[in-house]
Amino acid sequence: MDPKFISAFVKSISNVFSTMLQLPVEVGEPRIKDGDEERFDVSGIIGMSGEVVGSVVLCFPGDAAERIVAIFTGEQMAVDSEDFPDAIGELVNMVAGGAKGMFEGREVSISCPSVIVGKDHNVSRLKDVPCVLIPCSTDCGEVVIEIAIQDRKKAEGADAQAVSASA
Amino acid sequence: MKILLVDDSKTMRNIQKSVLSQLGYTEIEEACDGVDALSKVGAFEPELLLVDWNMPNMDGLTFVKKYRQSDKSTPIIMVTTETERARVVEAIKAGVNNYVVKPFTPDLLSQRINETLEKVAA
Repeated sequence: MDPKFISAFVKSISNVFSTMLQLPVEVGEPRIKDGDEERFDVSGIIGMSGEVVGSVVLCFPGDAAERIVAIFTGEQMAVDSEDFPDAIGELVNMVAGGAKGMFEGREVSISCPSVIVGKDHNVSRLKDVPCVLIPCSTDCGEVVIEIAIQDRKKAEGADAQAVSASA
Repeated sequence: MKILLVDDSKTMRNIQKSVLSQLGYTEIEEACDGVDALSKVGAFEPELLLVDWNMPNMDGLTFVKKYRQSDKSTPIIMVTTETERARVVEAIKAGVNNYVVKPFTPDLLSQRINETLEKVAA
């Protein structure tokens, strides 16, 4: 994965959390996600298309998500309340949108967000796209960004190689 | 002043409403996408619109283009995560008067609203 993608997400989450929540983010060492070991209670998911393709997931333990949403909305909400997914969706929308703005020279679109709420779930993805996990620490608890994106040309090249290898 | 908020996120509409009420604007209508907004502009007759870009059913840019076919003058502020220069230019060509990038501070949104209304009044 292009390291510029990772730094864009690091900058973007720090910007979103400091601007909208006045909440500093301490970013840990990014690492390749090598299995389905990471499980969370709340996940906001955005798809990317255009010259960069893949998905971005903002993952939270339930209590951290509740604290963050309370600051963001000004209301105390449980994870199963009606408006909770909307707040998480808007957070991942801003994080992904801000990051893609830093993908210089690449025309990229983002999807409308989807949100999963459920204890100890795992978001699966296509195994041929490497997934980088960026752990983030805040006063409200842990947040993790999972980035599984790549340049479209690289993705198409991999597809062509796979077809050629199977022929 | 009548203000129409067009954003698929209720959270974002609430944040914008809070800023607007602090500025003294309380006559606010909400729409959750471009289709909803088009169905409301006729009866509500907004004097300012805040419009998100990425929305289901009809995105903000498409809405602005359609709205500008019948209303050339009511000011529109695009409030969006779209930061690329080409997108900003596209929005302005479609008829957007001002642009606010998410995330924003209440002060920035207030500033953009005030400068937009001042320009229109000049």
